[in-house]
Amino acid sequence: MKNGKLRKQIGAIATWVLTFILMVIICVPGLWVVLTAFRPNGEVLAKPPVWIPENPSLNNFAKIFGFGADQVAIPVPAYFANSLIIALTSTAIALLIGMSGGYAFARYRFRFKNGLFLGLMLSRTVPGIALSLPIFMIWSRIGLIDAKLGLIIVYVALNVPFTIWLIDGFFRQIPKEMSEAAQVDGCTRWQAFWKIEFPLAKSGIASAGIFAFLTSWNEYALASNLTRSTDSKTLPVGLMDFTAQFTIDWAGMSAMAVIIIIPALILTFLVQKHLIAGLTFGGVKG
Amino acid sequence: MAEITLNNVIKRYGKIEVVHGINLDIAHNEFVVLVGPSGCGKSTTLRMIAGLEDISDGTVSIGPGVVNDLPPRKRNISMVFQNYALYPHMSVRENLGFGLKIAKQDEATITARVNEAADILGLDELLERTPAELSGGQRQRVAMGRAIVRHPEAFLFDEPLSNLDAKLRVQMRTEIKKLHQKVKTTVVYVTHDQVEAMTLADRIVVMKDGHIEQVGTPMEVFNHPVNTFVASFIGSPPMNLLPARIRGAEVVFTDGKSLPVPTRLADRVRDGQEVIFGLRPDDLTPVGHGIAESGDSARLTLDVVLSELLGTETILYTSIAGQEAQGKMFGPRDVTPGDTLEFDIAMDRAHLFDATTGKSVRAD
Repeated sequence: MKNGKLRKQIGAIATWVLTFILMVIICVPGLWVVLTAFRPNGEVLAKPPVWIPENPSLNNFAKIFGFGADQVAIPVPAYFANSLIIALTSTAIALLIGMSGGYAFARYRFRFKNGLFLGLMLSRTVPGIALSLPIFMIWSRIGLIDAKLGLIIVYVALNVPFTIWLIDGFFRQIPKEMSEAAQVDGCTRWQAFWKIEFPLAKSGIASAGIFAFLTSWNEYALASNLTRSTDSKTLPVGLMDFTAQFTIDWAGMSAMAVIIIIPALILTFLVQKHLIAGLTFGGVKG
Repeated sequence: MAEITLNNVIKRYGKIEVVHGINLDIAHNEFVVLVGPSGCGKSTTLRMIAGLEDISDGTVSIGPGVVNDLPPRKRNISMVFQNYALYPHMSVRENLGFGLKIAKQDEATITARVNEAADILGLDELLERTPAELSGGQRQRVAMGRAIVRHPEAFLFDEPLSNLDAKLRVQMRTEIKKLHQKVKTTVVYVTHDQVEAMTLADRIVVMKDGHIEQVGTPMEVFNHPVNTFVASFIGSPPMNLLPARIRGAEVVFTDGKSLPVPTRLADRVRDGQEVIFGLRPDDLTPVGHGIAESGDSARLTLDVVLSELLGTETILYTSIAGQEAQGKMFGPRDVTPGDTLEFDIAMDRAHLFDATTGKSVRAD
């Protein structure tokens, strides 16, 4: 008896230790980036390493936004605006398509349904970067290089299969009798969707939105290929502006990385209450 | 409140036909139960009446007009679903009032009607709760409440009790019956449970494989089943169905045992005809343990294989011509497996079906 209890405790402790080590491995680089954003460049490469900034300051942030004595000639506000426009627009479009597609896959029977769904999923198996050359060639012919629209289209295409898949799953969880009950109660099919099914699938749609936004917001490889100037360059691409021929401004780069992380964090916190599923429980037999 | 008429209604999914031309007239305020095993097309038929399934052929009328092309919302019907389909993000009050709100009724009317329905179903205390906070029986009541607030032409019930436990099912069955007496409306009720059908219906529609097998009052369907399917489906325990052959004035079983042909059926059978002899367990009783003496009775000596005491009655498993047959014993008495008893057979309540068609010789 006692032996078993002890073994259980050791197991629990081992799990904790392992989890802690894993979390450290995951978190330390991020933590290092955040700490570096608040320290002068000299401290970054110091030996032995200085872990906690000795004189933390907001200088790096001021610098990249063009305040203070030494400025970096990087148009961060423009990149920020580009990123925001591209990520929000592509997310909105991907969600609209994802919602219609997900609903159709979950609720309707039509020809080639399974094949179509499989095809959408298979499109996810192609790494985005593999398509960069063909996309580059087509975009350059039709004048979409260095245009926000060019990136928006690419990100919509990148996100739609995933949003359809995720939203389809959420609509599938909602018994179709809910919509039928609403229709018998006097709703049109459209009203039944907006008043009953949409509110119930909200959490799924919110999570699909977050994933789509983060994909577009953080994407680097395709954006670096398809953008050239402040007209369309996004924040991750802008990070490379900190590398010069002989030097890298690690502190500036870290400050910008923090700026990239913040909106994503804010969004996730805002939407997280919708991520808590289980809203449909109770409506049907439980 | 309206009559519902189904005229040669057919449902096909692609090339597969699942409902084969159903004709049915449901009278004003009548309580009709569609009953049959799963896959018999009863739910599909109900959903075609509701407008939730397209009608492949034929017509459905509710009241004076054909409703084939009307969406559910324009048919003025209410439906209670098997899984209740309550809206989980709304309170009980909002669930009840949803249909009225969609119909743009004013607040005062909605409140009055919701309160009226809550009153009828005893939901007053639960109005501010969400469906998740209700028990199965309460959810069931809310689903019924949602159906009655709109004062529809007809109620449609799709196996409304099958998710409840046995005790609650009996209780809710009574409530549905009472509700129908209070709110006089045409009801179409689908179930696979023949007890529900027998207890609730004004008329029962027995279905199988997309066909109607028999339509009649519970009494008619129970006492005069038109074929072996209805005979075995309605009644519990089911009717014993034993293959036999007519020889002269006798029904001869495969093991050579025989009984006289029931007097009332004597002129409906011919010598040498292969038949199925049907006898309800209630009509196969040990001598002195039946309900009432039958005018036309016969006797058989049979071995008891197994007995199940249910309280006032005991089910006796025996065998006739190698086939299991169940009898009933009213009034408790110890019976042990292996006992040989003499059984009374109420021949005036026995049935004969043609062995090839399965049809009752009486219904030909």
